[in-house]
Amino acid sequence: MKKQGTRYQGNEGTERVERLLRAALPPIGDASVPEHDLWPAMLRKLDERPARVPWFDWALMGALAALIAAFPAAIPVLLYYL
Amino acid sequence: MNNALKPEASVELERLIEFQLGSAEQCEAAFEALFRLHQRAVHGWILRIVRNPSAADELTIETFWRIYRARARFDPERGFEPWARRIATRTAIDWLRAQRPEYATASEFFADLPAPSRADPAVSAEMRRATEMAFARLRPALRVAATLAVIEERPHKEVAEALGISVTAVKLRVFRALRLLRKDLKNQGITP
Repeated sequence: MKKQGTRYQGNEGTERVERLLRAALPPIGDASVPEHDLWPAMLRKLDERPARVPWFDWALMGALAALIAAFPAAIPVLLYYL
Repeated sequence: MNNALKPEASVELERLIEFQLGSAEQCEAAFEALFRLHQRAVHGWILRIVRNPSAADELTIETFWRIYRARARFDPERGFEPWARRIATRTAIDWLRAQRPEYATASEFFADLPAPSRADPAVSAEMRRATEMAFARLRPALRVAATLAVIEERPHKEVAEALGISVTAVKLRVFRALRLLRKDLKNQGITP
């Protein structure tokens, strides 16, 4: 199989850079495997993440709090519409 | 029909559909099955990019977490692996962007990696180190394209899919990476 590296050779210098790069950073290939089962760590990550409240929910709550603070008389009206 | 009697592709598609559209319980069971089936491939892909085993473990989990969150956008017809590889690549690039170049190439990172059996004996250790450092100074987007296409010799199409760019753009990035690397080495007095 023709090596992919040769496809970039605009000149001999580029080819040498490729060779140098492969010598400095040898390929890892397909041999790598996780040292241990990652599923328990994945489960911990799934469990630890709290449900995210969308920003517009916070904005709505803020607006409601501001409305109640500015117009306390509006509380019965708001309760009526709940 | 018993799962053991079904063709593998059919079981995989069933899992993917349950992962995306099933109830909470079905989704979690399908996610575990997909995780166990693909964790090795995803881990290997990430390790190729970041070249750091402990970071690869952490980034594999982060990738699957992103996959879990983005499941509504997943298209089962396009296959799980290319989609996972794309998310894994993005996760790895985010990590590389957060690292300082000298940290990314610290020799202790390479301690657990396979020995450089294919290393050219004509290239001195000093030249290797200078190349490593110059390579680490490249922008992560260029570095990842060169790592996958030149070092790991992955097909351009696969690299393009993983990066979410065209094959031409991959070739351009690799060409730019090699040119910048050559320039950096020349500045250090090394003529490749």
